[in-house]
Amino acid sequence: MIVPFAHILILAAILFVMGLGCALARRNLIMILIGVEIMLNAAAVALVGGSAYWRQVDGQVFVVFLMAMTSAEVAISLAMVVYLRRRRGTLEADKFDGMHG
Amino acid sequence: MIGGAVFYLLAVATVVATLLCVTRSNPVHAVIYLVHAFFDLALIFYLLGAPLVAAWEMIIYAGAIMVLFLFIIMMLELAPGGKPLTVDRQRWIPVALLSLVTLGCTIVLIIQDPGGAANGTSYHASPREFGTALFDHYALAVQVVSFQLLFAAVGAYYVGHGEPRRKEGKAP
Repeated sequence: MIVPFAHILILAAILFVMGLGCALARRNLIMILIGVEIMLNAAAVALVGGSAYWRQVDGQVFVVFLMAMTSAEVAISLAMVVYLRRRRGTLEADKFDGMHG
Repeated sequence: MIGGAVFYLLAVATVVATLLCVTRSNPVHAVIYLVHAFFDLALIFYLLGAPLVAAWEMIIYAGAIMVLFLFIIMMLELAPGGKPLTVDRQRWIPVALLSLVTLGCTIVLIIQDPGGAANGTSYHASPREFGTALFDHYALAVQVVSFQLLFAAVGAYYVGHGEPRRKEGKAP
């Protein structure tokens, strides 16, 4: 290990908290999705760090699964963004407070 | 050890780029700063002995997902436009500093180990080891994930094309 495992986890924690803050504080749907991206990348940092710490390749394999999951999530959520923009004409998360049905 | 110093430099650059990304009001600037953070993260992954993950971080995250974000932002015209394209020094300073840090770290890593074979003394996952683990040990998980991607593609198509088709159905 070139650096202590704790420092990698601290970097992952800082990135995760910034992503969480972005997802919670911003009210633009695009910025909320960017916050989710940052959080998923923090998880990837922790996984790769664990892979280097325990000298097992499994952590890196899970990062690949994480990337596939992120691609699926981004495809669905950006389609939802386009749909909501067409339907309601806004991307402010606070405007979507009603339910049909 | 030079790898440790490069790691801390890249970690600071990643955190600064992410902080700038989170605080931007223009979503295009936020996406570009996040792409920069992903470049730094890819170098960190390489330092931690995951060259394949580093390459995919660049190709999938920075190359595909973030460009999809940019495409959607521009398609929906979400970015505030109308400002002239002049050189704004206040806006250029953080970009130049972050780019210099990333470039410097890349050059240091290239000079230290041009072949990329040894990667210091830390753990280094070879492509053979990675492929065996992915397609032998986790073969079922790979299939499940590929199904998930297929369902996501179908769902995105359905959501994206739901509105015009309903209008077509109502018209006659």
